[in-house]
Amino acid sequence: MTDASLPKPRSELGEILYHLVRDPLGLAGLIIVLAILASAVLAPWIAPYDPVALNVPDRLQGPSAAHLMGTDQLGRDTFSRVIWGGRVALQVALPTIGGAIFFGLLLGMIAGYGPRWLDNLIVLLFDTIRSFPTVMFALAVVALVGPSLNTVILVIMVTSIPTYGRVVRTLTQSLREAEFITAERALGASTARIMGVHLLPNVLGPLAVLAAMDIPTVVGLEAGLSFLGMGVKPPTPSWGSLLNDGYNLIRNTPWLIIAGGIPLILTTVGFTFLGEALRDVVDPKLRGKGGK
Amino acid sequence: MLSFIFKRIGLAAVITILAVSSLFLIVHMIPGDPVSTMLGPRATPEMRAALEARMGLDKPLIAQIGLFFANMLRGDLGMDVFSNRPVSEIVLGQVPYTLVLILVSITWSAVLGIALGSYSAIHRNSLGDRLTGILSVSVIAVPAFVVSLYSLLIFAVKLQWFPAIGAGDAGNWGDQLHHLVLPSLAIGLSWVGYIARLVRASMLEVMGEGHIRTARAFGLPERQIVFGYALRLAILPTVTVIGVGMGFLLSAAVFTEIVFSRPGLGKLVIDSITTRNYPVVMGSVLFSTLIFVASTTLADIVNAILDPRIRAGK
Repeated sequence: MTDASLPKPRSELGEILYHLVRDPLGLAGLIIVLAILASAVLAPWIAPYDPVALNVPDRLQGPSAAHLMGTDQLGRDTFSRVIWGGRVALQVALPTIGGAIFFGLLLGMIAGYGPRWLDNLIVLLFDTIRSFPTVMFALAVVALVGPSLNTVILVIMVTSIPTYGRVVRTLTQSLREAEFITAERALGASTARIMGVHLLPNVLGPLAVLAAMDIPTVVGLEAGLSFLGMGVKPPTPSWGSLLNDGYNLIRNTPWLIIAGGIPLILTTVGFTFLGEALRDVVDPKLRGKGGK
Repeated sequence: MLSFIFKRIGLAAVITILAVSSLFLIVHMIPGDPVSTMLGPRATPEMRAALEARMGLDKPLIAQIGLFFANMLRGDLGMDVFSNRPVSEIVLGQVPYTLVLILVSITWSAVLGIALGSYSAIHRNSLGDRLTGILSVSVIAVPAFVVSLYSLLIFAVKLQWFPAIGAGDAGNWGDQLHHLVLPSLAIGLSWVGYIARLVRASMLEVMGEGHIRTARAFGLPERQIVFGYALRLAILPTVTVIGVGMGFLLSAAVFTEIVFSRPGLGKLVIDSITTRNYPVVMGSVLFSTLIFVASTTLADIVNAILDPRIRAGK
């Protein structure tokens, strides 16, 4: 990391950010992601209208100065619903990915550091969870308990655990034999200390990359399930339910579908760009591993 | 080689048994029982008891799981409560539609993705390579149902180049193919980007290996080196990824079938959920799980046949 001009030393996070914004793809991703986060957090102040306020006389309008993205079949302002929909998307994505990372870390470290039989057991568990096609599995559960946001979060979280767990396991296994770990063990460090102080910081980088790449999948799944009427319940604005309204009215007005799809495409592209650039900075060895 | 195949199939069997059992357990752990969901609040106790007996729900859990497996091995997934037809018959009737859709999608995207990826690797850092790279990353994560909706809007509703609904007339190949264009575009698009990147990366890796250098040193034409030696190894990760990606393909197919009102497993599941046709939902999920496990197993075996190093490594 030594530059010819020897820039002044930065913190580790500063270093990552520095390299991130120098990559055009990374900079674009970062800007898009920050814009989406900001609009979701600031939704009550940004959105020009109440996202659930009915205004039937103004229904199904095209874009205008008053309604930037037109109105839906009940006269609700589509732009406001798009902004608020971002909140729902993040409300699903953050706990889902947080939970998946937590359990993935726990199980992956145990599998990578623990005895062989436990490793085999956990890998078998991962393989079993992975053998369900996510959407089919989610639909089966929703069929039983009825549509709700919490069901969606739980199902996507459980099915995402193996993605993180496998990476943590592989990294832990390769680190376990590293010399600094052997040295630490020789000095009498406890297993908990080795895991918490030495292994954890080394797996966090790759996990952050995976998480950035995983957010589009989770946001897409939530929108997809809401599109099918199996996720967020109306009238809560979700990008998926917006698309569903648009789908039903596709021959009347194209605006609803266009408006519902744009934030989804922006989110997926933004986070993928960010994840790609982050991966190049954090761990070039992961090249070509993200995505599906 | 044979022992590897047997081991892999054994593992697949274990995973299937675990997956089916856990599906079964989840169904029983979740509050609310299928009987009241199916019959609605106005059911009499007699109706409940009759349905429970018919579905085997009155027996202890272990017996239910055992019975379920025994029936499954005989190809019996229970009866559809409404039409009284066997669930396996209903589900099997829809499987070909979904499989054809998935296979067509993955075939066109693999062909295009491998071509783009090889081009990018050979012309590394050229303008074409960079453009392919940016486009690939951009389409990779875009959900299939968004592509479905946009292509439906543009090519079916506005331009009317392609039909919006259904799978085409039975027996009329041209018509069926015409109906496949937009759905397979929607499912395949993200895979083009994904495979292109994968092939580019592994092609670059392979091109640096010893046997390629040897071939160069012997003065073999570049064309023969790339297509005869490098590509064969470079497409290996693609085989694995497609096998493992079957779950994503099935998920994408669910949405695409709904958007284009095509028959298939996805349409069947959604229709069964809305009519609370519980056994059919379970049967469809079970079948898609079986397809998924079979495809990952097959991908591993094909990989082992193509690449002797994997066999040796196991």
